[in-house]
Amino acid sequence: MSTLPRAADMGLISCHVCRLVCRAVPDSEDTEVDNVCPRCGSALHRRKPGSYARTWALLLAAFMMYVPANLLPIMRTASLNDVDDNTILSGVMELWVNGSADLAVIVFVASIMVPMLKFLVLGTLLISSHRRTDWAQLQRAKLYRLVEFIGYWSMLDVFVVALLSALVRFNLLSRVEPLPGVIFFGLTVVLTMLASMSFDPRLIWDSRDSDD
Amino acid sequence: MTTISPEALQICEECDTVHRRRPMTHGQVGKCACCGATLEHYHSLNPNTMLALVLTAFVVFVQANLWPIVTLGLNGQHSSTTLWGAIITMWQANAQVISILAAVTLFFFPLLKMFSIGWLLWFARQRRCAPGFVPIMVTLHYIGPWTMSEVFVLGALVAIVKAKVYFDVVADPGIYAYAVLTVLITIFARVDMRELWEMRMKDST
Repeated sequence: MSTLPRAADMGLISCHVCRLVCRAVPDSEDTEVDNVCPRCGSALHRRKPGSYARTWALLLAAFMMYVPANLLPIMRTASLNDVDDNTILSGVMELWVNGSADLAVIVFVASIMVPMLKFLVLGTLLISSHRRTDWAQLQRAKLYRLVEFIGYWSMLDVFVVALLSALVRFNLLSRVEPLPGVIFFGLTVVLTMLASMSFDPRLIWDSRDSDD
Repeated sequence: MTTISPEALQICEECDTVHRRRPMTHGQVGKCACCGATLEHYHSLNPNTMLALVLTAFVVFVQANLWPIVTLGLNGQHSSTTLWGAIITMWQANAQVISILAAVTLFFFPLLKMFSIGWLLWFARQRRCAPGFVPIMVTLHYIGPWTMSEVFVLGALVAIVKAKVYFDVVADPGIYAYAVLTVLITIFARVDMRELWEMRMKDST
């Protein structure tokens, strides 16, 4: 594995925006910002700047939003004689009982499992990369790719609430209204997406440097 | 290392391994030897085909936004909504954050993406470099992950199933237009932006 050449060792930098292979200016190791991609004009970095700090911050912020997102109701269904506040979990259960079990599974996965998975995976990646371990590098790379791919599917429940609120407007007979939980949930999704974008997967492989 | 021009190299975005670029043939996918990430894949779409796809996507996008998505019936009353209906409802119901998120990820970014790609391709088929090429390409790179039409289609399905318990539900043309749009978006999400970048390099030399 360690025989494969790495860009950082060869003095090359791949532009994060347009992926042009650029030569790093040799004397600017500390001031990497001075390197600019000749093709698209973006700043060149060997690694995404401040990856650990940014990812931790965004992940913690996302987690702080995630707690109220699950505890507070996301949607109110009101009819003539009763008012019912739904949380994400109760919405899944309702779908399981009344509607279709397969969609209940999809919503459960998208709204509850995916955010949890993101916290666990990104947390694991951050800690293990920070310790520069070469433990399960390939598996960790795959986990990162999974998190990047599934990230935005969590918006599912937010769009369901938006559509139902716009549709179910039968005055006194039946109404659906969004409740604050859905805002927290939307913010959780955006923050976890930002967190996985600011994590630099190259850090997973950076222990290779010490192998040689 | 022998001297190789940087154009003949590519660097894996996920693990920083340097690879030599090889010409790709049909159906081939280049994977990183170290981490298994996809480096590049071959696609046979030339600018004309792509432009046709983008125009189709635009027509479908207009349909998807004009027609209602679903209609609910309850005791003879009917209620239907479009995407913008949902966005405005969320705004009025004090969920402005959600309203903005939905407007941006389901309307403005997809529209911007289609216009930008269409603009670039229009000039590319005349073998010219589009005005504003660099800022447009950089914008496309940043808005890439923030278009969510496919999630919205699944969301509409879930909403239909949930509503079906209490109401008569009719799926309207909007939902079909959205389904088609999802397929089209998936096709041009596969376009390698590097190919567009390189088209420009050839022109300027």
